Amino acid sequence: MQRVLDSRIWPLAALAVIVVIAPLFFSSLYDYRIGALVFIFALAVVGLNLLMGFAGQVSLGHAGFLGIGAYAVAIGPTYFALPAWFSLLVGAVLSGIVAFLVGRPILKLKGHYLAVATLGFGVLVAIVLTNEADWTGGPDGMNVAHLMLFGWKVHGSDTWYWLAGATFIVGFVLAANLVDSPSGRALQAIHDSETAARMLGIDVARKKLTIFIVSAIYASVAGSYLALFDGHITPDVAGFLRSIELVAMVVLGGMGSVFGALVGAAVLVVLPQALTVFHDYEQATLGLIIMVFMIFLRRGIVPSLSAAFSGWRR
Amino acid sequence: MAELLQFIFSGLTVGAVYALVGLGFTLIYNASDIINFAQGEFVMLGGMITVFLVAAGVPLPLAALIAVGLTTAVGLALHRLAIEPARGSSPVTLIMITIGASIFLRGIAQIIFDRRFHSLPSLFGSEPIHFGGATMLPQSLVVLAVAAIIVVLLWLFMERTLLGKAVTATAANRLAARLIGINTRRIVDFSFAISAAIGAVAGIVVTPITLTSYDVGTLLALKGFAAAMLGGIGSAPGAVVGGVLLGLIEALTAGYISSNYKDAVSFLIILIVLVAMPQGLFGRARIERV
Amino acid sequence: MRALQHIAMAAGVGLAALVGMGHQASAQIKIGAVLSVTGPASFLGDPEKKTLQIYVDEINAKGGVNGQKLELVVYDDAANSNSARTFATRLVEQDKVVAVIGPSTTGSTMAMIPVFEDAHIPLISLAGAVQIIEPVRKWVFKTPATDTMACEKIFADLKSRKLTQVALISGTDAFGKSMSVECHKVASKVGVRIMTEETYGPRDSDMTPQLTKIRDTPGVQAVINPGFGQGPAIVTRNYRQLGIKLPLYQSHGVCSKQYIKLAGEAAEGVRLPCSSLVIADKLPASDPQKPVVVDYARTFQQKTGQAVATFGGHAYDALMILVDAMKRAKSSDPAKVRDEIEKTKGFIGADGVVNMSPSDHLGLSVSSAFHMLEIKHGDWTLVPGT
Repeated sequence: MQRVLDSRIWPLAALAVIVVIAPLFFSSLYDYRIGALVFIFALAVVGLNLLMGFAGQVSLGHAGFLGIGAYAVAIGPTYFALPAWFSLLVGAVLSGIVAFLVGRPILKLKGHYLAVATLGFGVLVAIVLTNEADWTGGPDGMNVAHLMLFGWKVHGSDTWYWLAGATFIVGFVLAANLVDSPSGRALQAIHDSETAARMLGIDVARKKLTIFIVSAIYASVAGSYLALFDGHITPDVAGFLRSIELVAMVVLGGMGSVFGALVGAAVLVVLPQALTVFHDYEQATLGLIIMVFMIFLRRGIVPSLSAAFSGWRR
Repeated sequence: MAELLQFIFSGLTVGAVYALVGLGFTLIYNASDIINFAQGEFVMLGGMITVFLVAAGVPLPLAALIAVGLTTAVGLALHRLAIEPARGSSPVTLIMITIGASIFLRGIAQIIFDRRFHSLPSLFGSEPIHFGGATMLPQSLVVLAVAAIIVVLLWLFMERTLLGKAVTATAANRLAARLIGINTRRIVDFSFAISAAIGAVAGIVVTPITLTSYDVGTLLALKGFAAAMLGGIGSAPGAVVGGVLLGLIEALTAGYISSNYKDAVSFLIILIVLVAMPQGLFGRARIERV
Repeated sequence: MRALQHIAMAAGVGLAALVGMGHQASAQIKIGAVLSVTGPASFLGDPEKKTLQIYVDEINAKGGVNGQKLELVVYDDAANSNSARTFATRLVEQDKVVAVIGPSTTGSTMAMIPVFEDAHIPLISLAGAVQIIEPVRKWVFKTPATDTMACEKIFADLKSRKLTQVALISGTDAFGKSMSVECHKVASKVGVRIMTEETYGPRDSDMTPQLTKIRDTPGVQAVINPGFGQGPAIVTRNYRQLGIKLPLYQSHGVCSKQYIKLAGEAAEGVRLPCSSLVIADKLPASDPQKPVVVDYARTFQQKTGQAVATFGGHAYDALMILVDAMKRAKSSDPAKVRDEIEKTKGFIGADGVVNMSPSDHLGLSVSSAFHMLEIKHGDWTLVPGT
């Protein structure tokens, strides 16, 4: 019992400490913005990590859900006079429904075929957002009204830092609980071998679908946050490159490590900012760093380092 | 009727481009199970190197040859320096490395070359061929012909040479292949080199149609990948059929339904095909071992 | 224990990266720029960046502004509005710039505007859409002529040729979409009918199906192609391939020799509205813009080895308007500089003659912004009377 408590409380406490301590090193609102972006993307990545790391299913279209969430909070208040927080919920529900409808047929696909099917889904969302300019403003995007909570306007990078940080912790706890539950262990089994899992009587299709929906909701909420935080949103939030970026965050941080989500997001949000010193060589350096990371920390940053660390201690 | 014919010609033109790019994915996948996301950059390198050599005064055939050679070297280097050191990693990790490589190559290309669009002269001029009230550019036929030649060569290679059989064996079972004395590392090496060469050839022959720039690879790879998957990844004829189908679907949708949604419709059809035939049109089923 | 290790590492990576960013102070005047140097709009951002660098160096070599040297901080947003917003915050909060030039695209501009309205720092955008300056925002200006003006110029030319029924074929990228929307608005005002509209993706390689449909639409008298990048070149080639004889109009998105080169012979007879820059050497000596554009075109060509495109001109104008404002204000205080930018009168730049006012943060007129050009023998020619 003590052990279970430990393993659940420790990461949570650690996260809370990170969220609270990090601002001590911040020198301006810009640092807060970076911090907030890290948490927002980490939230989406936690969800995708459940799908990829635990259920072993690749999605190259998760930015599609990011887009649904983002445009929900843009369109809801603008055209339907819905409060932003309610639009966020609508977006999350909508993403869940879409994930259910899309997931049911395509999750039967395996490996690269699933990858291309999800890629197709993401592209579809991006195309709709680009083409339906009457609703979305087309490629130039649309403005997003401020988030109002109990008559209080959520505004400023520092406020968003705390909101995103708190939301990430909640998302983290939910994900960690899911992983630790019998359901989570069933997922692990699916990851290891679908056939074997089926033999054990696990309803593989249903489990995969559930986790696909959960991961879609995570992405949707992250997308809503992103839109509300930026105040303006363009269709590239749902683009193919965003999807790849999310996958890269999962893999870099470490598949199957909930903490990896935070590290992966942090690396890919912060790196482009740090690399501006390279000017023209920015992109080349980014590519090089990704390659080097994956060659030397092939299981992802967190799992690889923690393995190396425990090996070194012994 | 002339209208339909024109749509079909357009579909064949675009489809031939996708087919040629899609072909590049098959060999690496067969030998190593990796979807090489840097394949589009091979296509870009083939086109851009040729463009810049021609601009520097090198005759076109020689420039093309050098471009294929250099791109092949890049493919080899990608395997030796980035994929090989990570041997034994999960496929997702390896795919991530190819994504890193694609960003890296794009980053380098925009410095070595530039960030503008370029073209190459067509092999047989730009006078359209008229047929039944519709027109087609000669270069489209060149692209189709090159795709066909590559398919035949790949088939001959896989079926008629020992090396090709070794690739098939490696694809089927890496461990077993090694046990019967196949140097699987060499095989994968080889597959990267050939895929890069196919990509470069594709880049050179499609440039007169699609034009090229340092970042042309991303979207071409996306479509080529989709085409290869539609046909069934790992099958060379599948890649060609998938590519041509994809091109035709796009052209017919643009012509008869909506040009706004042509990409959407084509991905929708890919989704439907995959749901109905989870291994693509020509793919073989793989049995999971427990 | 494993959890602790995770924490140590996650925190280490995250914090070290966050803190590791440089802070440097200097007594120079810091100007920021966010440009789409890479990504889908790189052909905008690339010449813009080169232009800024060339002219900041030149200004500094001549002693700077108000006795202080300029320091240019450029970030590349790759046409991504989220990155643009982050870089905007960075320029304001961390780099402490006094003014910002860019970004290259409308989406990025709209995402950045709130940052500058909050921080009270002037922003001079290089993007096209009219929504940037309408409604007028206190701290936001822009230099390129709007898409609306390009549509007006094209329609005026159509009407002078007694053509009133047109078809559009536009790119689904930001430029094509925005201009197509504006053209629809302008068309109904000036009595031009848009009979049909087709679109193509930014990276499409064959547009014959769309053009076939346009060709077979009865009543179409001319075709307009709002778009930039390689798309218009392919449209132009396909247009000739299909043997369509109707007049073809391109937009100000392809005012560069590169377009003629890519489209080849197919570009013969194409008309398009462009700023004076691309025809610098063909302007009459009496044209007030002549010395400015000839000088800029020559400088750009010398320093980069590339033919001049109008996009770099947007950046040139933005920088010069800003520098003039600082000189007049005898200060680099953002508020004073903003006031002076708004008072810009009779500024002769690459994009035209600029007369700003509190109600006009662009200050260009259609007649000064655009000339109607026709491509003949692989070169630009001025259409008489425009």
